[in-house]
Amino acid sequence: MTLNIDTPAPARRPGPRRSSGRRATGRGGGGLTRFDLRATPYFLVSPYFLLFTLFGLFPLGYTLWASLHDWELGGDKTFLGIDNYVELIADDGFWNAVVNTVGIFVISTIPQLILALMLANALNKRIRGRLFFRLGILLPLVTSVVAVAVVFTQLYGRDYGMINWFLGFFGVEPIEWQNQSWTAWIAISTMIDWRWTGYNAIILLAAMQTIPKDLYEAASLDGASPRRQFWQITIPMLRPTLVFVVFISTIGGLTLFAEPVMFEGNPTMAGGATGQYQTVAMFIVKEAFRDFDMGYASAAAWMLFALILVGILINYSFTRRIGGNK
Amino acid sequence: MTAIQTRRRPAKPASAANRIWDAGPLTKVVLAFALVLSAFPIYYMFIMATRTNDEALDTPPPLLPGGNLGDNVSRLLSTEDAHFATGLINSIIISTTVTVSVVLISTLAGFAFAKLKFRGSKILLGSILLTMMVPLQQMGIVPLYEMMVNLGWTGQIQAVILPFLVNGFGVFMMTQYTTQAVPDELVEAARVDGASTMRIYASVVLPAVRPGMAVLALLTFMQNWNEFMWPSIVLNPDNPVVQTSIAALNQAHGTDYVMLFTGTAASVLPLFVVFILFGRQIVGGLMEGAVKA
Repeated sequence: MTLNIDTPAPARRPGPRRSSGRRATGRGGGGLTRFDLRATPYFLVSPYFLLFTLFGLFPLGYTLWASLHDWELGGDKTFLGIDNYVELIADDGFWNAVVNTVGIFVISTIPQLILALMLANALNKRIRGRLFFRLGILLPLVTSVVAVAVVFTQLYGRDYGMINWFLGFFGVEPIEWQNQSWTAWIAISTMIDWRWTGYNAIILLAAMQTIPKDLYEAASLDGASPRRQFWQITIPMLRPTLVFVVFISTIGGLTLFAEPVMFEGNPTMAGGATGQYQTVAMFIVKEAFRDFDMGYASAAAWMLFALILVGILINYSFTRRIGGNK
Repeated sequence: MTAIQTRRRPAKPASAANRIWDAGPLTKVVLAFALVLSAFPIYYMFIMATRTNDEALDTPPPLLPGGNLGDNVSRLLSTEDAHFATGLINSIIISTTVTVSVVLISTLAGFAFAKLKFRGSKILLGSILLTMMVPLQQMGIVPLYEMMVNLGWTGQIQAVILPFLVNGFGVFMMTQYTTQAVPDELVEAARVDGASTMRIYASVVLPAVRPGMAVLALLTFMQNWNEFMWPSIVLNPDNPVVQTSIAALNQAHGTDYVMLFTGTAASVLPLFVVFILFGRQIVGGLMEGAVKA
């Protein structure tokens, strides 16, 4: 059922042209051919694993090692054991960053998924100019994070921002969006959602198109309303893709950095006067490169990883339940 | 043959069951609204780039282009703190290099994982999937920074290129793509004809996976064009990438809106050009990748 995705489908090559007369030549190489079969695969994957070991795996292990030390760049490195972690767990600043990160993640992801589902459902209908609409909602993705943050920060400006101007018609007093944590969270969430909702809608749309149409035909013959069909057929069939989308959003959301930094406008990594929108990634950069406490920052980086694992587990068990009871 | 029906709209819907796939007025309103919301901030950005600061602060704000673009551009390029032109050139070099590397390495590995049998391939591929879960960027900043200090490369663009030369997502995507784009029989036939593995890669696999490579190239280019955290740590303000240049501009001239918006507009322009040229393929590739994932 992938016929209806209008993609440059990989061209199916004509079938194998077996000419029995030339069969012998393949075996002629003997030892060389056997060597080729055995060794070449490793040769092909080796560039990835070499570079990954150097720039991915090694830093990962080294961060763990650094997190067990009082680590200064080019200076003394004193072994501390788990002291950094103990201190981190008692650090209000760290937990503040965790709460901000999770808060922004929740209020950005939930509306985003609902909107993406609605959009995908709309795009799945028969409509003139389908490609135009698809490209249109994907447009925000090809802007840059920093550009989005600059534009939205201006739109959220207190005195001249268009959003306060618009809210003014409903009698809302000008809001200083940066000042309170919940207003800052909302502002940052809209930046994320604006950029990623269309992308998620396209991914969900692709999955929707693989659902056999006969299912809907049978359901409507049985008198099921479109709404009921959406909840009883579409959503359960989308589950694997929803898991994928939530997985990607979790990693992206919990490592949030560029938007809040640009929203603040200066690179102190403080996330507002009282750290009301400082995220964990900002906390790590601040500890490492503003306060030069590399060991502490490394411990925070491992805590972030733990947070992501917990996030993935929670989201997975949640998404698994969606549509599980058909 | 229901698949065909969504593609070509039949002149007369055959049944009531079929008619539910026609877009109703509500659907059209939702889509139009989404389109306006998506386009407006971008439109606004380009409008502001053509205005003066006085006009930018009007209420209601201007919604049509003005005549100040040339002045804004020349002020942007001559601003000392931002080094905008340098940033633009650096970003082009970095993103291009990384894209070539990621696409090449991912197609090689993808071919091996998808079509060759070798001991440990499942475990190796599984390890790549696992590492996609690790926020390597945030986890690696301390050691990577120390590495670049020791190599004497802080402030230089190779410090931004090296850590991004490979990408687990790329290998995963090309493995998926090669699996379904290259029939097994074709690989076997080439073997029977006496072709070596590298020969099969060059003359059978590469031609067949070209659309997948294009999508991966675009996604990788975009991702590296947007890289912000690591460059802001390892590069100096006088040799920035385009994103850190705008951040510097924002910090030093945050009230000069029109110049700032000229910078952001210039920073998304290369991506837009690519999107306009290859938009259809990007949408197609994204959707295809999604179904396979």
